[in-house]
Amino acid sequence: MPITLKINGASRTIDVPPDMPLLWVLRDELDLKGTKYGCGASRCGACTVHVNGVAQRTCQLPVSRAAGADITTIEGLSPDGGSAVQQAWAELDVPQCGYCQSGQMMAAAALLAKTAKPTDAEIDTALNANLCRCATYLRIRAAVHRAAEIKAGAPVGGASSKREED
Amino acid sequence: MTKPTRHHDDNGVAVESAVSRRDFLKVTALAGGGLLLASYAEPLEAIERLGSAVADPALSAYVRITPDNVITITAKNPEIGQGVKTMLPMLIAEELDVDWTQVRVTQGDFDPTKYQAQAAGGSTATPTNWLPMRRVGAAGRQMLMAAAAQQWSVPVSELTTEKGVVHHRASKRQATYGALAATAATMTAPALDTVPLKDPKQFRLIGTRVTTVGITDITTGKPIFGIDVTVPNMHYASFVKAPVYGAKVASANLDAVKALPGITHAFVVDGGTQLQGLMPGVAIIGKNWWLVQQARKQLAVQWAEHPTSQQSSAGFAAKAKELLAQPAQRTIRSDGNVDDAIKTATKTITADYSYPFIAHAPLEPQNTTAQWSGDRLEMWSGTQLPQPGRALVASTLGIKEDQITMHMVRAGGGFGRRLNNDYLVEAAWIAREAKVPVKLLWTREDDMQHDFYRPGGFHRFQAGVDANGTLVAFRNHFVSFGEGDRFAPSADIGPGEYPARFVPNLKIESSVMPLGVPTGALRAPRSNALSFAFQGFIDECAEAAGKDPIQFRIDMLKKEIPPTGAPLTPQQQAGLMDAQRVIGILEMARDVSGWGKTKLPKGTGMGVAFYFSHRGYFAEVVKATVSRTGEVRVDKVWAVGDVGSDIINPNHAEQQVQGAVLDAMGQAYGQEITFTGGKADQSNFAPANLTAGNASTFSLLRIRQAPPEIEVHWKKTTFSPTGIGEPAMPPLIPALMGAIYQATGKRVRTLPLSKTDLRWS
Repeated sequence: MPITLKINGASRTIDVPPDMPLLWVLRDELDLKGTKYGCGASRCGACTVHVNGVAQRTCQLPVSRAAGADITTIEGLSPDGGSAVQQAWAELDVPQCGYCQSGQMMAAAALLAKTAKPTDAEIDTALNANLCRCATYLRIRAAVHRAAEIKAGAPVGGASSKREED
Repeated sequence: MTKPTRHHDDNGVAVESAVSRRDFLKVTALAGGGLLLASYAEPLEAIERLGSAVADPALSAYVRITPDNVITITAKNPEIGQGVKTMLPMLIAEELDVDWTQVRVTQGDFDPTKYQAQAAGGSTATPTNWLPMRRVGAAGRQMLMAAAAQQWSVPVSELTTEKGVVHHRASKRQATYGALAATAATMTAPALDTVPLKDPKQFRLIGTRVTTVGITDITTGKPIFGIDVTVPNMHYASFVKAPVYGAKVASANLDAVKALPGITHAFVVDGGTQLQGLMPGVAIIGKNWWLVQQARKQLAVQWAEHPTSQQSSAGFAAKAKELLAQPAQRTIRSDGNVDDAIKTATKTITADYSYPFIAHAPLEPQNTTAQWSGDRLEMWSGTQLPQPGRALVASTLGIKEDQITMHMVRAGGGFGRRLNNDYLVEAAWIAREAKVPVKLLWTREDDMQHDFYRPGGFHRFQAGVDANGTLVAFRNHFVSFGEGDRFAPSADIGPGEYPARFVPNLKIESSVMPLGVPTGALRAPRSNALSFAFQGFIDECAEAAGKDPIQFRIDMLKKEIPPTGAPLTPQQQAGLMDAQRVIGILEMARDVSGWGKTKLPKGTGMGVAFYFSHRGYFAEVVKATVSRTGEVRVDKVWAVGDVGSDIINPNHAEQQVQGAVLDAMGQAYGQEITFTGGKADQSNFAPANLTAGNASTFSLLRIRQAPPEIEVHWKKTTFSPTGIGEPAMPPLIPALMGAIYQATGKRVRTLPLSKTDLRWS
């Protein structure tokens, strides 16, 4: 049965079983591969997207329940990496392997949409469901604070090559 | 002439000594006025045998300079999140003296006819590439200057370079490398082993914080990982192996599975008996991975009986108890007379330590895409060891290695899991049998239940101190896994384990029991487990001696026992821990952490440990608080590392240290894989509200458990730089246990710490 989804501002119609999780529709039907599979059990957060602005796991979310909702994936956060969260992530060079980071950035963006200037505790609460196996957590925290500054109008620094002080 | 030395490190990664390897530079003019620099190296035997007619030189570097003054450097090693794709090109760019903004980095495919030592493991990339990569850059710079000297008829000695431009200050002439490339291509290539290198004081790039190459691909969700690969007509495969390792398929309802929606193939793979190779199982293939998973739920397999089903964690523990009560099977090292020394010691202590099996659990589950055309096989995979992977595929499928093309894609974490290539051989086999291109993707459950686990282990320690508080006797009986004289992979111990060499009467002994569960290297293999037991017990020795834990270690390190017995080979000698370097990091850790100078409230403690592994030295101090209800919180960690004279990219080095520290915290808090009836009990991650794993789930550290701060300090020494992926990991757990002891008076001697009641009042 055809299902119509609103993804990253565009309307997409696919013909898949209604109980197919949104994650696999995004990845394998719509070729939006930024959203990742990590556990299939809503425990790692690698598959996090926004559904009507709320960070949500997609690995167990039947596609039929996403019909009609506004869905934003990492590709829709900003295609050129220009959103505050993506800029902060690049500026602080958060990723190691990078696999979980789409989910981390989506969770962070949803937090910042509600809470303009989150505390460490608020960040930890909002992102606790997102695992990073490389454990980039200290930079994730710092990058959420930095993204909050960028959203509030702070100037954006570039990717850097600065000499280390001994 | 020096013979090249080649040995295998902890991870089975071939390590070639940079000093004895001879590299040669090959220079090629590019159409349109560019220059290609390629260094190659051959084992000297091959060069001597073939003379100058070496057919396919193995390149260790590949640099392209085009007239637009863009420098393109091929990164040859697998990128698993360790930053090597950024670090290796930095070494070339530094000596070439180009601006980092001019540099483009491309990922090389696996190709042993072009590149040597394409591997990620054992923290080997830095020590094996530090000089060879820099020499390529330096030689390129020499040739560009020679080209300018010829064009301007000036002596080379009057030329300088900066940011990809050659300057002749006296005549105010300058030319970009791009403009000089065509002429440079006609110059004689300098000998790499004598090309002058920069004085480290002149480094402009090494030692600066350089951002990950390709960061925007990650922040915008580009399809850069193995799981993201697509090829035309790609089918999706699941491979269902027996929960008991190696059990064969007795029967399966293949016809029923094949009839399910979206399924194109279902068949049995007989497989072999080697745990590292192709295992028996059932392949299910379809046009949609999720439908394949739905079909998998309907699969009914009868697995044949297999002896490993008799093995269990409870059985391992019972057998360990039995073995610890008996004389050890083997002596690994014996100095002096430990029995007599214990009898005459002023004070003796004894303690048992144990730690569990744990999984690697990289966040990207194992996967490989395989495509056949005729007798040629093309594969995409995030393996850490493409060369043994290709060899395994060739030998299992009965084809030649040169029939296989391997593309190296970014891996969503390695941690040692991808040193094994089981997913690679599965994909190749399944694609050949199904006659369609296949993306094999494991489920998380497949990944957690079919790992090459960090083996568990059991230790009994005995020690004696004299009236001066000196450790005079030390005995370790290590009960591990294996058969006869052979330890299971990464379940071994060596004669150099500290405090060996620093205690006059010391014995390290071992006993093993058989194991049918696959084991392998996990980040800082062996060291990640032995450090907990050995450094933990050393802390107990310090207490028995009535000494401060840092001073006790330093005092011991200052008194090396003169070696007896057979002289060490130069290689063994080079692999020995350098006591002075350990003292250096311990003293620095004491200083930066304010050790012993801070008044701590009850329930808060500070602990310390050091470890030498993968050529790197780390001392770590942990400050932790334990609540009255027994919950542990790490307040701060100070990590001090000595990995030589230069930190090539402090940005990534700091990341690796912080990552290793937090990785170890995750292990300590709640990681355990247990086995029942020969199969793993845990199959997926622990839910976010749990701080530790349990009977069915495995925990990774979560952001809420991460401390606010991990200070990273570098003790710069004169030694050549070494790697950073692993050595920061081992000291953390024993340092944390020291902090918990100070906070609560309770020694944690079993991991994970969720097994120890830490409540206090």
